[in-house]
Amino acid sequence: MTVVFWILAAVTVAGGLAAVMLKNTVHCALALTTAFAGLALLFMQLDAQFVGFAQILVYIGAVAILVVFAILLTRESEQPEKGVFSRTWLAGLAIAAAVFAVLAWAVLNSRAALPDAVGLPKPAPEVTVAQIGDALMGRYVLPLEILALLLTAAMIGAVLVAMHEKGGRK
Amino acid sequence: MANTLDQIFVLLKHWIMGLFPSAVQPVIGALLSVVTIIVVFPALFALTTVLERKGLGRMQNRIGPNRTGPFGILQPVADGIKSLTKEDIIPTSADGVVHFIAPLVLVVAVFMGLAVLPMGRNMQLVDMDAGLLFFFAIGASTELSIFMAGWSSRNKYSLLGAMRAVAQMISYEVPLLMSSVAIVMITGSLSLVKIVEAQNQYTWGLPHWYIFTPWGFAAFVMFCIAATAETNRSPFDLPEGESELVAGYFTEYSGFKFALFFLGEYLGMFSISGLGSTLFLGGWSAPLQVLEFIPSWFWFFAKVMLSIVVLIWMRGTLPRLRQDQLMNFAWKFVLPMTLLNLFVAAMWRFMGEGWLRWVVCSAILIVVYVGAGRAMMLRQNYGPRSYRYAE
Repeated sequence: MTVVFWILAAVTVAGGLAAVMLKNTVHCALALTTAFAGLALLFMQLDAQFVGFAQILVYIGAVAILVVFAILLTRESEQPEKGVFSRTWLAGLAIAAAVFAVLAWAVLNSRAALPDAVGLPKPAPEVTVAQIGDALMGRYVLPLEILALLLTAAMIGAVLVAMHEKGGRK
Repeated sequence: MANTLDQIFVLLKHWIMGLFPSAVQPVIGALLSVVTIIVVFPALFALTTVLERKGLGRMQNRIGPNRTGPFGILQPVADGIKSLTKEDIIPTSADGVVHFIAPLVLVVAVFMGLAVLPMGRNMQLVDMDAGLLFFFAIGASTELSIFMAGWSSRNKYSLLGAMRAVAQMISYEVPLLMSSVAIVMITGSLSLVKIVEAQNQYTWGLPHWYIFTPWGFAAFVMFCIAATAETNRSPFDLPEGESELVAGYFTEYSGFKFALFFLGEYLGMFSISGLGSTLFLGGWSAPLQVLEFIPSWFWFFAKVMLSIVVLIWMRGTLPRLRQDQLMNFAWKFVLPMTLLNLFVAAMWRFMGEGWLRWVVCSAILIVVYVGAGRAMMLRQNYGPRSYRYAE
């Protein structure tokens, strides 16, 4: 629990909070991007370099831009009329607390699941990119292919949805 | 003697580090490398602005700047003083915070990309296991800053320019990555240092640079096209089209923020030229084995400056591509060619040494390139112009 971890955690949580509490939707999207960046840096602090860089490349480089484009192309009004808090905030709070409880129980119990008799946390294994590549092409090649199929289906679906609007006009 | 000259900056850094107590030595070392990069690359940027204006001027049959200093060399000083003392105008309805951070994000992202380039033997700032992935990840963040700049200006022309820029950069990011994947496949590592070391071998005095292989040459051409589009340089500079959109996404920026955008764009050019030199032109390795006595950092910067000169040359020569031509080209031609290039690179690897693999790989690439190009040209029917109105 070093200083770096606390700073990154503060940045991530602040970004997430700002993403739901700001009034201007594009500001919310940019705050979400800082939350993504905080997450990526947390991954890298845990020595998972590949996941951290992939998080930056995919989330900040593509998903954030997609979110911003979607906001710009679909909304006209920038300020919500009635404020950003919904009326059913108590139910939302209860559900969020329940999800947090489940996640915390899972995380705290996972340390007990490690086969270590003394109970000390084991040092994190060094995972190199080469090992990830080997695993993807060796043991996990079937999930890789299924994911590729899923992504292709998503892309074809997106093209079809976009094409249908113009197909009727020409 | 040659080895000392080659490693002179590394030795200098270690000497300065030795003057400090050993607790702060890593910090001092990192600080020294960072300060060197922050000093050297903007200096190169200043040189490049003069080079570009004089070069473009001569290509367009006029003299470039020649008032400030002999041959206009002190022009960047004049430009710097101008941009520092100009009034910083922000439109009233502009989004203040986002308008302010956009150039900062661009410059920070571009400087971070320069951190992984090996600028000489043992002369990279960080030697990461996944250095190439880091570079591309950071490059993807620059698109966000361009969008932020265009949107926060509350200006139709800026927003149009930003949308076009982001669409163009996303379209060409895929060919950029895919053309580098062939290199990674053959080298077997994502680390830029290992890629350069794999090219630092010589056969009959000629180097093993990847550009001298058929798949490497095709990948290099596609990398150049994608890199020119990624940095919004002519002929892909529709987002900052000077004759169409005033200045595109940085219309509303004046003074120092404009200078920061300019700096960010040119440093992006440097970093992607550096990456191209590292991946295809052998990084810091000398062209001929007899020339190895010249230090490695000289070769790296020579290759980068050569790429910059070619970029300036292209700007002065080629006309601008239209948005739909750009996108068609990216998705329908360059992307399938990169996939084919991956296949050819794999075939090269598994065919074994000999002249056969040269002939087969080159034949496949040339036939598909000519065939696909001809087929795409035949499909376009140049009839009378038809208009489609927005409804």
